[in-house]
Amino acid sequence: MAVAIAPPEEPGWFHLVGIHLRKDLRIEWRSREAIHSMIFFALLVVVLFSMAFDPTAAASREIAGGVLCVATLFASVSALNQAWSREIRHDVLDALRMTPADRSAIFVAKVLANFLFVTVVQALLAPVFFIFYNLRPLGNGWLLLAIVPLGTWALVANGTFFAALSIRSRNRELLLPLILFPIFLPALLAMVLAVKTILTGDGSDPHLLWLKMLAGYDIIFMTVSLLLFDTVLHAE
Amino acid sequence: MTETEHGPSQPLSQPPSTSSGQLPPLSAPTPVAQLDDLSRLFGSFAALRRIQYTFLPGKCYVLLGENGAGKSTLLRILAGLLPPSHGTITLFGSFTPAQACGRIGYMSHAPMLYDELTGVENLAYFAALYPRSQTLSPELALQQVGLDPALPRKVGQYSQGMRQRASLARVLMAQPDLLLLDEPFSNMDIQSAHQMVALLDKLRQPGRTVVLTTHQRELALPIADCMLTLHAGQIVSEGSAHRS
Repeated sequence: MAVAIAPPEEPGWFHLVGIHLRKDLRIEWRSREAIHSMIFFALLVVVLFSMAFDPTAAASREIAGGVLCVATLFASVSALNQAWSREIRHDVLDALRMTPADRSAIFVAKVLANFLFVTVVQALLAPVFFIFYNLRPLGNGWLLLAIVPLGTWALVANGTFFAALSIRSRNRELLLPLILFPIFLPALLAMVLAVKTILTGDGSDPHLLWLKMLAGYDIIFMTVSLLLFDTVLHAE
Repeated sequence: MTETEHGPSQPLSQPPSTSSGQLPPLSAPTPVAQLDDLSRLFGSFAALRRIQYTFLPGKCYVLLGENGAGKSTLLRILAGLLPPSHGTITLFGSFTPAQACGRIGYMSHAPMLYDELTGVENLAYFAALYPRSQTLSPELALQQVGLDPALPRKVGQYSQGMRQRASLARVLMAQPDLLLLDEPFSNMDIQSAHQMVALLDKLRQPGRTVVLTTHQRELALPIADCMLTLHAGQIVSEGSAHRS
């Protein structure tokens, strides 16, 4: 016997995340504001640093991890600022605040969207980076596939939260890096040192401590951000 | 229109129970919103001062007053977007604005829509955030306000009047019991404004309460049941409009 399944009355949490994410991706696809500014800025940093250092020297291998992380960090600040400025441009955020849907889904969708944008930029940047710095991983190269996403998640989760926190500030574009950079510092340090270990193959981190630290950082900050987001959203 | 003048320090009120302890009549409708000694401060500036008022269901209230009188602040408090500094607000009998948010529709000066999406895309996005049985279809909501749902233009390319209509469609789509409209006729030509008035009149029929602010008193007169004038954060006069 065929049983008709009625559609769910209330949208589920994952469904809500999907709705917000689809909207964010559609808007970015049409405007390309975040991606364009990020690509331009990241390329600029990588090219400028490659000119400042001799790319054939062993020293460039030492600093390459730092350059990659700093390029990602600075480039993503512009995207993080834009993520919420779309919501406040025509008071859309007020309309979202008035819906009965769970607001934490808005935050998670924004983090996911920003993560995708930064990952796209990193994917475009990677070949340029490896060519300009004449790099090849001497350690476990595949670990980069875990370290870079974990570090990126730490950046966008923190950045999205603090961008929401500074949303009503007059100098929000200045305020975001001032709050974000010091708090992101432990994750940045872990990311830089982990990438350096892999690129140089020096074997100084056999127990993957930096990787574990990044994972722990992600879990703690994501949990705290989720718990506080509703308060931040309704703050005056 | 008959008008009753009150002193600036004397709060207006029609609570369901009287100060003499008499119980309200059994047929008394549950107030849509009850403001009790409501004040709102921005730093040392008092945008609203000790407002005492009851909004009844199925009526259209028009808030009048000069810029800075507190009209928009009052609407934002009713919408739950701004907490009062003092006093309480009770919606639909026993709810706070946060608890009743799904039953309130708020239209501000800004369209509250994304420029990069079309009217239907915007409305479909917001519709997905409400329980499915509660919402009208985006197409129907746009048709109600006289916009073509098939219009492929992004909202950013709409005229100001079209944005106002699309914004109203977003509010109507959720079928709210309390409709809060902040200057719905601003930036509209006279013909569009009259169409908006006719639409609001139609919307009031199923017992929905409408509270709107405007500077164009004569436009709102045909639909107003009650005209409230705010001055320096207080309701200074209340007039009951005689509708034809």
